[in-house]
Amino acid sequence: MAKSHITLTVNGKSEEALVEPRTLLIHFLREQLNLTGPHIGCDTTHCGACTVDLDGKSVKSCTVFAVQANGGTIRTIEGMANPDGTLHALQEGFREMHGLQCGFCTPGMITRAWRLLQENPSPTEDEIRFGIAGNLCRCTGYQNIVKAIQYAAAKLNGVPFQEAAE
Amino acid sequence: MLADLGEDARPLAGGHSLIPMMKLRLATPSHLVDLAGVPELKGIRQDGGDIVIGATTTQHELIGSALLADELPILRETSLLIADPQVRYLGTIGGNVANGDPGNDMPAVMMCLGATYQVAGKAGERRIAAREFYQGAYFTALEPGEIVTAIHIKAPPAGHGWAYEKLKRKVGDYATAAAAVVLTMDSGKVATCSIGLTNVSETPLWAEEAEKILVGSALDDATVKKAVAAAEAITSPAADSRGPVHYRTKMAGVMLTRALARAKERAR
Repeated sequence: MAKSHITLTVNGKSEEALVEPRTLLIHFLREQLNLTGPHIGCDTTHCGACTVDLDGKSVKSCTVFAVQANGGTIRTIEGMANPDGTLHALQEGFREMHGLQCGFCTPGMITRAWRLLQENPSPTEDEIRFGIAGNLCRCTGYQNIVKAIQYAAAKLNGVPFQEAAE
Repeated sequence: MLADLGEDARPLAGGHSLIPMMKLRLATPSHLVDLAGVPELKGIRQDGGDIVIGATTTQHELIGSALLADELPILRETSLLIADPQVRYLGTIGGNVANGDPGNDMPAVMMCLGATYQVAGKAGERRIAAREFYQGAYFTALEPGEIVTAIHIKAPPAGHGWAYEKLKRKVGDYATAAAAVVLTMDSGKVATCSIGLTNVSETPLWAEEAEKILVGSALDDATVKKAVAAAEAITSPAADSRGPVHYRTKMAGVMLTRALARAKERAR
């Protein structure tokens, strides 16, 4: 089948490519743009490891065709750090709060949490848990992931982070 | 285009039913027609006493709609129980109702609300009542080449009570059983009542008999039990990983009991 020509912005950079219509966005990002931060976990729209930000929405890039992203704006974990190279508050939070063990879910978690904080800069613990319900982690039990997001929210809001008593 | 390509083509809306089916090779269309570029299919508006929802309006947009929060809060409650945030950003209400998957949540809610679907095809436009739309698992009243373009819902009266109760094994799962209720109360008695059931048959179910039993009652335990039995009687769930037939039937009854109680609490 003839390839389709797509143009899109990925992590602030304009990209042009030819893709087969059947190519999934995750395969395009990983194999054509060499952005291997978004992972292929379940490949069935469950685990959220492939989450990227597309036009202001967190999407599971294993369930979107690359041609559907034509003209769109994408952010992946590779575009998360601050322009000066320092870690984004979320990345720092995941490191400081031990929000990861094996790290496989982390790019998807951070990318999803980023959109969550854009929409709701001061989420409650319940709102965080509800907001990341589409991202599975099989290591941490989520406790430290929630803390990492609370840490980032506090930092971005310029208030001191206080760990909730357990 | 869809009509010309016939069975080889499928419309692509949010893609969150179709793409997983294509991965499983349960669907192998040669052509996909992306509906994303058709702005007329999107949006929520009021048209007289009707709420009109464009087919490619996403679950995320339903949740954020102030109009729906005021007029049709059951849609927000239901949307929040569908899948997970990422899926809700892309999954559309049109896809949810038109796919004919008995596991989808919106069809039973649409039957409960007495919604009608606006449908377009080569032969023109027509309207189909949600209560007459579902014929079997993945079989609907849509003819080849037709798509649902919008959903028309008569807004229930102000002060109505509503609830969508869904039992699921985990976040993102289809319902083991679920029940939608919209009712109005007058001097402590049920004035009107409407009930839909999800995923306990090959199609969503409209529990008409149960409704008739409840109207005029004060939702006392004995009447609710009788209505629940009438609702359970019309179910015929499949035995699957969500549980055996008897369990899922009983869970439909439990969901209905809870939905009735919560709807009554909310009614003014």
